[in-house]
Amino acid sequence: MTPTTSDKVPAPEAIDLGALARETKIHEVLEELDRDLVGLAPVKARIRDIAALLLVDRGRRLLGLPTEPPSLHMCFTGNPGTGKTTVALRMAEILHRLGYVRKGHLVAVTRDDLVGQYIGHTAPKTREILKKAMGGVLFIDEAYYLYRPENERDYGQEAIEILLQVMENQRDDLVVILAGYKNRMDTFFQSNPGMASRIAHHIDFPDYSAEELYAIGQLMLAKMGYRLAADAEPVMREYIGRRITQPHFANARSIRNALDRARLRQASRLFAATDHVVGRDDLSNIAAADLRASRVFNT
Amino acid sequence: MHITQGTFSFLPDLTDAEISAQIEYALRQGWAVSVEHTDEPHPRNVYWEMWGMPMFDLNDAAGAMLEVNACRKAFPNQYVKVNAFDSTQGWESTRLSFIVNRPAHEPGFRVVRQEGPDRTVRYTIESYAVDRPAGSRY
Repeated sequence: MTPTTSDKVPAPEAIDLGALARETKIHEVLEELDRDLVGLAPVKARIRDIAALLLVDRGRRLLGLPTEPPSLHMCFTGNPGTGKTTVALRMAEILHRLGYVRKGHLVAVTRDDLVGQYIGHTAPKTREILKKAMGGVLFIDEAYYLYRPENERDYGQEAIEILLQVMENQRDDLVVILAGYKNRMDTFFQSNPGMASRIAHHIDFPDYSAEELYAIGQLMLAKMGYRLAADAEPVMREYIGRRITQPHFANARSIRNALDRARLRQASRLFAATDHVVGRDDLSNIAAADLRASRVFNT
Repeated sequence: MHITQGTFSFLPDLTDAEISAQIEYALRQGWAVSVEHTDEPHPRNVYWEMWGMPMFDLNDAAGAMLEVNACRKAFPNQYVKVNAFDSTQGWESTRLSFIVNRPAHEPGFRVVRQEGPDRTVRYTIESYAVDRPAGSRY
């Protein structure tokens, strides 16, 4: 009979972070992010930091040191079309793969989903949404609409109070991501210091450069199964350069709209052509003419 | 007397972690979780008071635990139970129901005899708790 010892297995003195990283597949997550999202350097840097913290926390736990999960509430600010909602969707998945959230689903809401129309309506409405979001990420778009100081009958403040309470007390169960335009979010935080102090990560989404927009366009086309013809590539670059300077430019969204219009023109061109026998290349190629026809070139 | 109604009732009281694990199991099966409470422990008391609506579309037990804890805080001296309802065709019924909170002292039941015609006696049980009016029983 082997004698049982009363000593616990002693904690190791050192751990191999590299081996731990391979085990948790952190590099895969980061590489995927790099591949699928163009630009967004501050976002990627912050995610890399969070992933590194996860690794170090794991190491600390193995060595018997105390660890506490970090506050992960975030605020995304930036112009339209810079990828705030896209990244929020990915964030839920990333945090889940890193092990910070349990389920990894995303619940995307705006003010209307949180605020009620009459007295007593707001609290149950907000709580329903919060319960659905537990274990995942709650994404509140245009969060500043929650706060309407000029209308004293507005129930947005009640929703904010409930949010603040849950954000503080149920940090391990829920991650909240707010999003909106920078100047309006700044005003919102000034009037709600409680909210500002609970948000650990303020990430600004810069406008994309022309080169980044071109890369995004290429990615979008590849996803749709299309391709720019060789002579269409410089036309695309010229289009982007011109479109940026025009009003109501919405970054990646404008590119998506432009590509949709190019697809329409390609379809019309093929439809109107005399030779109706088309091959895979004909159906997949966006020609220079499809882009040239845009209004952007007329100014 | 420790009433033995519902699942796990012969086990010692479940801890919060265990309750969470059970709710997690129910959610994984796609069942809707709801919380009910009562101060009338008769075994044929089928309809307890509902605490909020049944929670459909929940992804995680933490949401349901919020409601469970709120109900336990509001009625610390009543019986609180968690139901899990399966809405798939052919089942459409409660699949799991377990008590998560009990009053500190459960007085037990008495046998009530009702004499009928021709020396027949009808028996039933009644909780000592219902001697006092609802709301002030425990």
